[in-house]
Amino acid sequence: MTNNYNPLLEMRNIRKDFFGNQVLTDINFTLNSGEILGLVGENGAGKSTLMKILFGMDIIKETGGYDGDVLIDGKKVEFNTPFDALEAGIGMVHQEFSLIPGFTVSENILLNREPKNPNFASELFGDRLDTLDYDQMEARAEAAIDKMGFSIDRKMIITNLPVGHRQFTEIARELSKEQLKLLILDEPTAVLTEKEAETLLQSIRNMAQNGIAVIFITHRLHEVLDVCDNVLVMRDGYVVKNVPAKETNVAEVTKMMVGRQVDTAASGSARDFSNSRNAMTIKKLWVDMPGETVRNVSLVVKEGEILGIGGLAGQGKLGIPNGVMGLYDAGGEVEFYDEPIPLNNPRKCLDASIAFVSEDRRGVGLLLDESLEWNIVFPAMQVQNRFLKKYLSGWITWRDEKSITNITNHYIEKLAIKCTSSKQKSRELSGGNQQKVCLAKAFSLNPKFLFVSEPTRGIDVGAKALVLDALKKFNRENGVTIVMISSELEELRQICDRIAIVSGGKIAGILPAEEPSEAFGMLMVSQVK
Amino acid sequence: MSFGTDERLHKSLGSKLLNLIKENSVPIMFIIICAISIPLSGFSISYLINEIITRMGRNIFLILSLLIPIMAGMGLNFGMTLGAMAGQIALIFVSDWQIWGIPGIVLAMIVSIPISILLGLLCGKILNNAKGREMITSYIISFFTNGLYQLVVLYMMGPIIPIAHSSIKLPRGYGIRNTVSLLNMRQSLDNLLAVKIGTVKIPVLTFLIIGLLCLFIIWFRKTKLGQDMRAVGQDMNVARDAGIKVERTRLISIVMSTVLASFGMIIYLQNMGNIATYSSHSQIGMFCIAALLVGGASVDKATIGNVFLGVILFHTMFIVAPSAGAAITGDSMIGEYFRVFVSYGVITIALIMYETKKRKMKSREGKLLELAQREEEKAN
Amino acid sequence: MNEQITSERRMYRGAVQNAIKTFGIPRLIIAAFLLTLFIAAPLVGADFATQLTNTINRFSWNAILVLAMVPMIHSGCGLNFGLPLGIISGLLGGTLSIEFGFTGAMSFFMAIIIATPFAIIFGAAYGWLLNKIKGGEMMIATYVGFSSVSFMCIMWLLLPYKSPNMVWGLSGNGLRTTISVEGFYDKVLANFLQINLGKLSIPLGTLLFFALIAFLMWAFLHTKTGTSMTAVGSNPAFAKAAGVNVDKVRLLSVLLSTWLGAVGILVYQQGFGFIQLYMAPFYMALPAVSAILIGGASVNKASIANVVIGTFLFQGIVTMTPTVMNSMIHMDMSEVIRIIVSNGMILYALTRKMEG
Repeated sequence: MTNNYNPLLEMRNIRKDFFGNQVLTDINFTLNSGEILGLVGENGAGKSTLMKILFGMDIIKETGGYDGDVLIDGKKVEFNTPFDALEAGIGMVHQEFSLIPGFTVSENILLNREPKNPNFASELFGDRLDTLDYDQMEARAEAAIDKMGFSIDRKMIITNLPVGHRQFTEIARELSKEQLKLLILDEPTAVLTEKEAETLLQSIRNMAQNGIAVIFITHRLHEVLDVCDNVLVMRDGYVVKNVPAKETNVAEVTKMMVGRQVDTAASGSARDFSNSRNAMTIKKLWVDMPGETVRNVSLVVKEGEILGIGGLAGQGKLGIPNGVMGLYDAGGEVEFYDEPIPLNNPRKCLDASIAFVSEDRRGVGLLLDESLEWNIVFPAMQVQNRFLKKYLSGWITWRDEKSITNITNHYIEKLAIKCTSSKQKSRELSGGNQQKVCLAKAFSLNPKFLFVSEPTRGIDVGAKALVLDALKKFNRENGVTIVMISSELEELRQICDRIAIVSGGKIAGILPAEEPSEAFGMLMVSQVK
Repeated sequence: MSFGTDERLHKSLGSKLLNLIKENSVPIMFIIICAISIPLSGFSISYLINEIITRMGRNIFLILSLLIPIMAGMGLNFGMTLGAMAGQIALIFVSDWQIWGIPGIVLAMIVSIPISILLGLLCGKILNNAKGREMITSYIISFFTNGLYQLVVLYMMGPIIPIAHSSIKLPRGYGIRNTVSLLNMRQSLDNLLAVKIGTVKIPVLTFLIIGLLCLFIIWFRKTKLGQDMRAVGQDMNVARDAGIKVERTRLISIVMSTVLASFGMIIYLQNMGNIATYSSHSQIGMFCIAALLVGGASVDKATIGNVFLGVILFHTMFIVAPSAGAAITGDSMIGEYFRVFVSYGVITIALIMYETKKRKMKSREGKLLELAQREEEKAN
Repeated sequence: MNEQITSERRMYRGAVQNAIKTFGIPRLIIAAFLLTLFIAAPLVGADFATQLTNTINRFSWNAILVLAMVPMIHSGCGLNFGLPLGIISGLLGGTLSIEFGFTGAMSFFMAIIIATPFAIIFGAAYGWLLNKIKGGEMMIATYVGFSSVSFMCIMWLLLPYKSPNMVWGLSGNGLRTTISVEGFYDKVLANFLQINLGKLSIPLGTLLFFALIAFLMWAFLHTKTGTSMTAVGSNPAFAKAAGVNVDKVRLLSVLLSTWLGAVGILVYQQGFGFIQLYMAPFYMALPAVSAILIGGASVNKASIANVVIGTFLFQGIVTMTPTVMNSMIHMDMSEVIRIIVSNGMILYALTRKMEG
């Protein structure tokens, strides 16, 4: 270190917007070799966007690049692809596994970087015909595993490997890259058992001692405080604080994660329904929704209330409505006004007058290639036989185009859906208007009970307010019980009466909406898996 | 998460055995069919062995050409017909140039290379645009290219592409006759170095060539390109993230398969001794694929062992079915139709098994979750 | 001023490009090709009226077979390469009707009646299978078709048919490969209300019959169940969330397609005059598939208009090319052109990116 002091990584005034929507504002931090930085924040705080910039992911470039400078060893760099970042010594372990299922651990560690020997054929036809050097491969894989300090069986096929070991395989792959200087770990402990997670923390310390800098992203705050040198707390695209881990604690970090400077608080309109009838009783529900697994959830929803379900992404809050509505494999008991509702059968829920607005607008919520009319009336037509003309004493049921157009126009007006006509294809609408179509679809069923999942995801601020208003109105005017699932706590606090927080696939607690944000924040991270 | 396996779901020895039978149900079924029909057919064992050895020499090279696309995850390459067409075009040229015997065969192979590379590129390019439905697409490509083939052979050979000898031309002056005789080339590969054991003739040279191809395939698996193909075949996205050129790798696998198929077709036709210009290639893909599947291969996994076992079982069935059918029903046509039915049936079953296997993997996760919850409850 | 013109021109060009894009370049080429054929026909001395008569005739034979593609495309089962299964039901209906001694128009009616239960049984089994292997329908459909055709080859020999009109003369058992329907349902629809204008003759009966079936299809798609079928094809997840039993709807669509295949082959036979058995149904799916694609359908969207336009274009090319080509260059390349055009069209559709 003869030259002037240059940190390994410096990010200077990083800004990024997605189509005018500011997601990162003036991010500054530095990271030295051998240092461990914990990166914490709620979903949507901008952690992953920041890492995508650092890692040169395509999506950043496709959406117009970023402002500010990334400096490695004091030199400004610009990564156009992840391969540029790899070249510069940055490695990243993503949340989703990136492993070839039928390959051994060694083969995966050295995927596309296999040691090779040239031969006669490769002289003629190019180096892709080089023969692989399996001994060398094993040796290098072993070296990488040693570096990590956690031993896994190199010869095992990935499919036969415990999930935790797959995670270690990914880490070993990054470590096997000789140029590696900085390793980004995105929620690496999410799939690990308690013991494996501890081992991982130990191996992160080992790496740091060997001079590798680590950025550690996780929702498990105690782990961050345990292993990191510094903690960088982000919220709403800003850095809230960059603090040495020794000088803070879980409570403080949580507060920084969720607390707003101006606590907008609940609108004060939260009502008490503890004496109302039980609308829906959920007992011991499990749901197999990939990435949103629900484990053993029990929950009571009171008649007439708006119940919010919040929690961090991947913790299972989305699994609850999807499981009850029969869209994903589920088990347990659900009672609706004391009548049992069979699971795994969407029709029974709809028959019982329960409606659902899915978070997956384009995948589940809409018929993208059909008209708004079809989108809005289809469930009501199928479930309640409305918007049909009957001939031959009901033998022939004909679409009643006139009443379909009427009701569609009614909702277009009521929800201010921007479109050319009721015959326009829903694919051509903007996200916010598509969401309104989804609401109209649910409203047209005249349900007694409504699940709304992430109703404001990916839509602009104006549309957001409209959607939330529409829901509130629907609840107040029609007396419809609503369960709203959202990642945005503030939004829940605005319109809900009670809020349940899901963590680790379970209900961590239910609080009235007026409780301060910090209380919810503590619940969110309480059982993170 | 998606490939989570758990040993808790099945572990007893009995179910393991059952699994073994289930996984090899197709070869086992064929062994039973053959065991029943061989005595019924009344053929002598030496005749059967002779026939099977001939057919092994004739077919194995062609079937081996299917292995590489399977490795690259592109399924059964119904487009191998393209290679067969390239081989036929090359043989037509060579027989027009009157180069016979081994030199003729070698020359035909050389001539076929550029043609099959061209067709392979065409096929590979199209398949890269139809990811996820490679098989149906390659199947339609084989029909489409058959049209192009006919255009060339039936109309362009003569007026546009010079063909000197009228013996292979249609009487009308252009286009190639329905049959092109390869009498002067017939079995020249098989007869060179042939060994006779009793009444059984073994075409040693042909088997040597096949052996060489097997060695090549084994070696190829160990090259960087082979490794990349396996990676692409198992998970295209992961391979792409790791920096492997997915499209190019898939393209190369199809081109290699097409070139090998054209060589295979030349070996096949030199054994037959003539080219049925407009029909030799059309069924070859189906028979090769059926044979491979009979040997226990599946859409996503095939080995050299599958090829050999498949050829033996499938062709034994093919030889004995007509006489066995005649012995049972008194009508030889029944046996003929039966073997066609079996060929198609076996492909159908293999395709169904492949698709259902894909879906079964998914439905297991839920059961595991329920199990875990119950265990947790018990523990509390 | 200038700027305005160029921008207008650009807009115009954009609109044209869009139209071409939605219509599809291959379709445009095919339509242009047929148009050239029609223009060239009189120039090379081919009689226009005869050509048109042939085209319309062939249209009337084939239209229902093409219509059989519609239900399965609507429900998202893809192109029905398993059409031979429906054809086999029709063949069973036709041959049994003759075997039972029905003649004339009655034999046609009875053929449809008898074919129906077969179509239901085969269709149900086929639909059940396709529900097990969602996502891989087309390849498996192809091979289900092939296996069933080759299985029926054995059955045609073994089934105890006795009618001397159909069995091999010498041995007295096993059906012949080609059976004439003269005296049974030969031209029963075509001769009904036939219009003759000079050389032009139009089989109005057959066309009306097609119109009736097409109308029923159209009407079905306007009912509640028909609406759910379209929704299932458009987005199965949406339909499931709306309480539709996706598997049941798909099964129904396969049943309908299979039954239409059965009726379609019977209509084809009454026009053509012969029942073709054994390997004949083998490749019958491909022309029907490419016809509907030429008509503007895609792997997951199809309408009655696609059927009409596609069948007309396809059959037009099939009938016109031999005569026109022959008189122009004295080479009959029609078969080759047909193969390239029809399979090229299927390839084009398969390589389109599927949305949603």
